[in-house]
Amino acid sequence: MAKIIVVTSGKGGVGKTTTSASFAVGLANRGYKTAVIDFDIGLRNLDLIMGCERRVVYDFVNVIRGEANLNQALIRDKHAKELFILPASQTRDKDALTLEGVAKVLDELGNTFDYIVCDSPAGIERGAQLAMYFADYAVVVTNPEVSSVRDSDRMLGLLSSKTKRAEEGREPITEHLLLTRYSPKRVTNGDMLSINDVNEILAIPLLGVIPESQAVLRASNSGEPVILDQKSDAGQAYADTIARFLGEQLPHRFIEEKSHWLKRIFSLKEKETV
Amino acid sequence: MSIQTQLSKIVDYFKRPPKSAQVAKERLQIIIAHERTERDKPDYLSLLQQDLLDVITKYVAINREDIKIDLDRKDGCSILELNVTLPNFKESPSSLFKEIVTEE
Ligand SMILES: Nc1ncnc2c1ncn2[C@@H]1O[C@H](COP(=O)(O)OP(=O)(O)OP(=O)(O)O)[C@@H](O)[C@H]1O
Ligand SMILES: [Mg+2]
Repeated sequence: MAKIIVVTSGKGGVGKTTTSASFAVGLANRGYKTAVIDFDIGLRNLDLIMGCERRVVYDFVNVIRGEANLNQALIRDKHAKELFILPASQTRDKDALTLEGVAKVLDELGNTFDYIVCDSPAGIERGAQLAMYFADYAVVVTNPEVSSVRDSDRMLGLLSSKTKRAEEGREPITEHLLLTRYSPKRVTNGDMLSINDVNEILAIPLLGVIPESQAVLRASNSGEPVILDQKSDAGQAYADTIARFLGEQLPHRFIEEKSHWLKRIFSLKEKETV
Repeated sequence: MSIQTQLSKIVDYFKRPPKSAQVAKERLQIIIAHERTERDKPDYLSLLQQDLLDVITKYVAINREDIKIDLDRKDGCSILELNVTLPNFKESPSSLFKEIVTEE
């Protein structure tokens, strides 16, 4: 049975789709057969971030309605061998996703895949609730900013009450905090919540810190998930995040302000003399 | 102006204002603590509150804010606490009662 991961946040635009894409590629490149599903019905975007927008023929809702089978709708990713994408539909019908429909698709995928990554829409409406309902793991994407942190806490409340695991009284969903768009410089200046601040407030284990990075926009411009850009800070941070998710112990990187080259030379000198 | 207030003004001048991230953290801690206690309440609580309000206003004129319902958990059992603030009793209990009686 596949393990189901929901990437969720409550607040919009914090980096869920960016994270889902890199998470899926990261898992697939580690050899896990992975499917990534866009739950943002009406606002399909994962296809663009994954660079497969021109290969969409059938979508999630087509499969739920029986207008296509799963194999027709799944798109083979061009970057990672073991990765498939199930795009969202562009329908404006708010009731297109049903609990039974989602259950059926996840069941069928569960037979052949190791991981299923669910890219949640923003908000707490049907799409977001269904994206988390069947999850085994949750990656709560949070920006170091008041409304994002508050919304994340709200999502934690929903994860522990409005999901299948909660309703059946099973072991709760494993929650992970992913802090994204982190800017060490602004933290040093005292204008951005620090890792410790957010951690203290939300009180769930920290899976990773993704720095605010130019590489993310470049990656979405070209449709290559940023984890593939291993020269970039964000790409490396996502790779570390996958490693931690799979159980490796790694220190967090890119969380210190880059010091001026002059300062670096001086601190080197100081170290040498000690 | 006393020396003390002058001194404290000088101290204030040199004391740097708290960094905005610190302010953010404190505000978040307060609001999130509040929202967590709210969300632990069962969904029926607000419906129950409405029903109780409906019943009580049949007899006494009160506002929704005058009813406070809280759920406390202690040693594995839940305690439902109901607090109703009634309007000043001298004014009208009998006339109110009459009204209800005559209405029927
Ligand atoms: N680490 C980062 N550094 C810089 N920009 C980022 C980073 N992460 C995300 N972004 C940018 O933030 C914007 C929103 O990202 P994304 O679409 O992944 O968010 P989302 O949570 O999926 O949004 P929505 O709620 O609309 O689905 C994009 O323009 C993306 O390029
Ligand atoms: Mg998105």
